[in-house]
This record gives sequence, C-alpha cells and structure tokens, in this order.
Amino acid sequence: MTEIFGVPTQALFGQLLIGLINGSFYALLSLGLAVIFGLLNIINFSHGAQYMMGAFVAYLLLNKLGIGYWWALLLVPLIVGASGVVIERLMLSRLYKLDHLYGLLLTFGLALIIQGLFRNEYGSSGQPYQIPAQLLGGQNLGFMFLPNYRAWIIVVSLVVCLSTWFVIERTRLGAYLRAATENPQLVQAFGVNVPRMITLTYGFGVALAAFAGVMAAPVYQVSPQMGADLIIVVFAVVVIGGMGSILGAIVTGFGLGLIEGLTKVFYPEASATVIFIIMAIVLLVRPAGLFGTQK
Amino acid sequence: MSSVPNIPAAEPAALDANDGSREQRTHLVAFVAMALLLAVAPLVVYPVFMMKVMCFALFACAFNLLIGFGGLLSFGHAMFLGFAGYASAHAAKIWGFTPELAILFGTACAALLGWLAGMLAIRRQGIYFAMITLALAQMVFFFCLQAPFTGGEDGIQAVPRGRLFGVVDLSQPLAMYALVLVIFLGGFAFIYRVVHSPFGQVLKAIRENEQRAISLGYDTDRFKLVAFILSATLAGLAGATKALVFQLASLTDVHWSMSGEVVLMTLLGGLGTVFGPVVGAAVIITMQNYLAQLGAWVTVVQGVIFVICVLAFRRGIVGELGAWLKKSL
Repeated sequence: MTEIFGVPTQALFGQLLIGLINGSFYALLSLGLAVIFGLLNIINFSHGAQYMMGAFVAYLLLNKLGIGYWWALLLVPLIVGASGVVIERLMLSRLYKLDHLYGLLLTFGLALIIQGLFRNEYGSSGQPYQIPAQLLGGQNLGFMFLPNYRAWIIVVSLVVCLSTWFVIERTRLGAYLRAATENPQLVQAFGVNVPRMITLTYGFGVALAAFAGVMAAPVYQVSPQMGADLIIVVFAVVVIGGMGSILGAIVTGFGLGLIEGLTKVFYPEASATVIFIIMAIVLLVRPAGLFGTQK
Repeated sequence: MSSVPNIPAAEPAALDANDGSREQRTHLVAFVAMALLLAVAPLVVYPVFMMKVMCFALFACAFNLLIGFGGLLSFGHAMFLGFAGYASAHAAKIWGFTPELAILFGTACAALLGWLAGMLAIRRQGIYFAMITLALAQMVFFFCLQAPFTGGEDGIQAVPRGRLFGVVDLSQPLAMYALVLVIFLGGFAFIYRVVHSPFGQVLKAIRENEQRAISLGYDTDRFKLVAFILSATLAGLAGATKALVFQLASLTDVHWSMSGEVVLMTLLGGLGTVFGPVVGAAVIITMQNYLAQLGAWVTVVQGVIFVICVLAFRRGIVGELGAWLKKSL
C-alpha cells in the first residue's frame, strides 16, 4: 500500500474527503450567517438550531407524509425559511434600534427553545435518514472509494455557495442588498422597501441553514443536538474569515474543513480544537479576519 | 458599527453627583440585609442549595462586572468557572492542598486563563467578542474532555473538603456554609468597590464611548484586559469554591450551556445593576431545582425567559424594581 508521510493514502484521502464534507457545511452555514449579518447586523445564534430543524423537517416529511429527499430539498428550506420570516417579523424587528447584542441574546433564547422542544419529543438519540436511492453506491477512483452521496454534497454546496455569491455580487437584486447594507436610509429613500428586504434576507439565511440540514440528514444522524456544537465551530470559522466578504466565508469554510481533516490524520488529539487554535492565531496576526476589513 | 455599546438600560441616567452618597447608603443597607438573610437562611433552607445559589451569584456578579460596567458580552465564562473547579479539585484531591490553598490555586488558574483569553478576545468588539469568547470556551471544553487530569466524562469525584487552615473541619455543613458566605460577600464587596473606583468609572466611559475614552488618553485595551482578568478571576473563585461544596468538578461547568446560563441569570436580574445578578442567580437556581423532574423542559423555559427578557423586560427584576423605587440598585 502506498504511503504519504507514513500515512496510508487510503486513510489520508478518506479524511480529506470527510474534511471537505465538513467544510461544505461550514461554508453553507457561515455563508448564511454572513448574509444575515450583512444586512441585519446581528449574529443569528439560532442558526445551528435552524439547521437541525431542517434535518428534522426532512425526517418528518419522510416518515409522516412519505415525502422523499428530493422534494424535501425544495420544501424544507421554504418551510423553515418561513418560520424565520415569522421570527423576524414578530421579534427581531423590534430590536434593530437597540444594541446588536440583544439580537444575539434573543436568537440564543430561541435556539434553546427549539432544541429543548425537539429533545422533549425525540430524546437525545439520533434518527436515521436514508440516502436517496439515486445516490447510493460510489465510484472507485483508483486511489480511493468515493461514495456518490458525499460527492453530491460537495458539488451541491459549491453550486449553492457560488450562486449565492453570484446573486449578491453580480445581479441587480444583490446590488440593492449591498447598497442597503451600506446605507439603509438612502436606499429606502430611493423607493426600495428595505424592511421587507431585511425580512426576506433573514428568511433566506435561515433557509440556507435548513438546506444544509437536509443535506446533512443522511450523513450525520438527525438529532436535536446536531446543530449546537457545530454552530460554535462555525462562529470560529466566521471569526477567521471575517464577515466582510461572501467569497471569504466560502473559501474559509472549505479550507478549514480540509485542515480539520488533515489534523485527524496527523495529530488526531487536536482535531477538535484545531479550528479554535487557528482562530487564536488569526486574531493575533490579523484581528479583522483573513478576508475582513476592520471597521 | 460605530461602537456605542450602551447595553445596560438599567442605570437611571438622571442621577446627579449629590445622590452618590445616598445611593451608597441604600446599597449598604441592602448589602447588610442580604448578608443577614444569607446568614439565617440555612435555618430554613437546605444549606447545600444556598451554597449553590451563592456560588452562582458570585459567578453572575463577576460576569456582570464585564457586561454591565464594561459593555463586553462574554459568551464563554463557563471556561473560568469550570477550569478553576478542575484545578482546585485536583489540588485538593491529588496534591492534598488544604481547602484555602486549593481555592486560591483554582482562582489563580482562572486568572491566568483569563489573561490568555482576554488578550485574544479584546482584539474585537461587540458581536465578535461574544463569538470569540464562546469559541475559546469550547476549546477549553475539549481540552478538559481530553486532558488526563480531569477524568474525562466522569470528572473529578469525591474531592475532600479538608480542614480550613488545617483546623476547621469543612465536612461540617455549617462550617462550609460560613466559608462560602464569607467568600461570596467578600467577592461581592470587591466587585462593588471596583465598579465604584476610578477604574470602574473609566470602564464605564469606555462602555459609553470608546473613541472618546481613547482621545482622553486612556489605554482602553489595557482597561478592558484588566476588567476581563478580574471578571475571570472572580468567576474562577466561584468555580473553585463550588468544586469543594459539591466535592465534584465536571464537564457541565465548562460546557457552553453554562456560559448561556450565567448570561440568563444576569439578564433576568438586571444587567449593570449591583444586586441583579444575585437575584437572577437565586431565581434560576430555584427554578432548576423545582423543575428538575421536567427534564428538557428546563431548557425550553430558560429559552422563553431569555426571549421575554430581551423583548419586554430588558431592565431585569432589580432594574425594574429600581426604576419603580427611583433608586439605582
């Protein structure tokens, strides 16, 4: 068997693949956080809970209504995104005039409620969710075996991330969005309905989290805790990347996933902490984050 | 963000300087009343429960020092509580330290950790500060999960309470109670002193307008770092004491949900009030005690309290009371 730095290539590429998968989720989630932060100036602490909701709604659609993975991929972001719209209208919109930290506290409370409710209903153990039949099996690439579903995750999250980037940076709608980020009053004066834009942006960010949840359901088990620890890692990813740029969030997400995977191969003890250590180093060297600008 | 973190709406702005001494007299009366109440409490309430309340009250006061007077929202204070707990439990059990030395050692470890974490965290403000402290605390959590001396999932159990100064047997509940009472009141008085010192005034100035404080010639980073270390040290004192009270140091105390709990206690009691964190801690611990059989519903209830506090009750219990009595409590 071939080896690289004393590690079998099979293990190395296997861990790199897992790293890329994790990175896909980091990218999707930190992208949603960055989009929401850009316009609302709040950090959505319930992002992890909404990701978990996405996975659970997909699970419920399958088991209660018999609606499968492909429809779930479309319906779940709409359903969970709509719940996000309700949250924004009823609660978050009351806090914009206050310190942004109140938004953080509110969404933290919401995360506790959502996670507590699901834990009451389903306990702490995970529920299985089948990989859709079309994506079963895998390809033998010669140097490693690549399961189809894993390749699907990487491709789809790349496509979703890049299209979000395209919409925000290259279209008229995105131009409105960026303008409203810079100066909401001025954009409103031009006749754009900024409050509705804010509502829809929050809904979209939440929908992205839910989409990630559906994607994650077949790889990770569907459990009430699945978002709680993940979101803290994503926060670190966001601090490392800085929230200034959409592309930055995507690159940092995938990159850190890969680094985490490599750490699992070469120094497994540090694999849980490596992202936090990188965060500490970045804070020392470039406090604004790799792609951020210090305001 | 033009960096105006005026988080606590609690303090009545129209409090002119002449009221200062009257305000301090009110605080002194309230402090004495609180001390007396706590001193007689073990006659009525289960002492261990009251000791738990006092440990968490000190923890919340330490947290409040940072958010209420420095405007810095730390979402990682569990790392100081939990890590100090491990340090003092290890010192008392493995190294055979006497209880006062074990508590001191745990507190010193928290201070060191606070220095390291503070150096990193104060480089960013507002929301980033909260995220960074949370991430650092998660790192400490994983460290405690893996490090050999913490006992992993089991924690450090059966920590001996020992003899205070080699004389007083702390396995007597009332002796332990007296020690916790003294530590709590001492910590509380210390925080009060810090807040009302020139240092505390500069801290408030930084909270209100950091740019202006800088232009007045204050090295604001240094002030923020000292405030962070003080807060971490006192949180550590609470954690080290708690480890001896329960004779246990476990992962619960380093978990992020503990960081959330202390935010909740302070928010519910009243951000930036003197007595708010104590009231908040008492309410939350009591609630956890009575709702314990409800399991995960406790989390839901806590979440609901969070949402209500943020949306409609931002001054907290003591803040509302103070506004009603027209006094700053």
